Amino acid sequence: MSTVRAMRPLALIPAFNEASSLADVIKRIQAAHPGLPVAVIDDGSTDETTAVARQAGACVLRLPFNTGYGAALQTGYKFALREGYDCVVQIDGDGQHEPADIPALLDVIERREADLALGSRFLGGTGYRPPLLRRLGMSLFRSLASNLTGVKLSDVTSGFQALSRDLLTFFAADRYPADYPDADVIVMLQRAGFRIKEVPVTMYPNARMSSMHSGLRPIYYVFKMLLSIVLTPLRHEAVERKGD
Amino acid sequence: MDPLRMTTHQQLFAVLTSAILFFLIIELVRRRKLREEYSWLWLLTGATMIVLVVWQQLLIIITLVIGAVSPVTTLLLFSLLFLLATAIHYSVIISRLSTNVKTLAQEHALLAGELERLRRR
Repeated sequence: MSTVRAMRPLALIPAFNEASSLADVIKRIQAAHPGLPVAVIDDGSTDETTAVARQAGACVLRLPFNTGYGAALQTGYKFALREGYDCVVQIDGDGQHEPADIPALLDVIERREADLALGSRFLGGTGYRPPLLRRLGMSLFRSLASNLTGVKLSDVTSGFQALSRDLLTFFAADRYPADYPDADVIVMLQRAGFRIKEVPVTMYPNARMSSMHSGLRPIYYVFKMLLSIVLTPLRHEAVERKGD
Repeated sequence: MDPLRMTTHQQLFAVLTSAILFFLIIELVRRRKLREEYSWLWLLTGATMIVLVVWQQLLIIITLVIGAVSPVTTLLLFSLLFLLATAIHYSVIISRLSTNVKTLAQEHALLAGELERLRRR
């Protein structure tokens, strides 16, 4: 890969029934980073997500049914790889992430300072405090991930990230979880030799509690994440090094 | 009568049910309603039951080794273990199928997107 030519970045929005907020998010992305192509992965929405995204000028990939946040993201990674993009910035379609922070995240990848630029809501001191239970969960996974990777991280559950092409290739394989890719993925990629750098970003509270974290799902989430984090060091792919 | 020996009545019933299971699975495979790769664990269950019932001495030895009260308990225990193994086997298959379905859905989305872009040109 040439190191001289400018990188071609892509903004990726996994969306499940986000018709009400998507147009505004896409508009703000285009304002924050003019010319940045936007791809929306419609994860089997039952509302007007696809139509809204197309109207806002995004390229839309529509999954035939709901496959989960991780699988939707991975579809975007595969798309980026096939279309020859060099890096990806992923941002939620519900307006929780501040598009003005995109250039800072992409900058880390374009300067090759890391393979994953992790947007942290806690570094910038934006004032947003998640509810107590979520804070407790976040701090549990933060300390687990920090202990296992040896890297001090402040926000391991952040979905606002930028990824290098090497990392996209690594995540395009079956090892990438279909449901909740969070702290376990951070542990996995760090063990595989990828570099992580946190970038302070602004996050807003989600007005309508995300469907990903409602009902009994937090209990499953904690179980799945604990099992996945504990098993990651025992899996064979954990010893595969970057570029293998 | 040796308490560790199954009565002919018990033996007959066990052989009959195992034989029915065995031939049911064979028939399902013959009619292509069950694929060969998913039939082996069931066939193994049926065949093992028949062998244990017919070869009483082996059943008695196993009963003594595992400390069961009677050979019928041993048969029941092994049936449960086989059912457990079959359930786990299916969980593995379902996990694999879920991954396949996910990959297929992704491929569908990528190709449909590409087709649409080509049409717009």
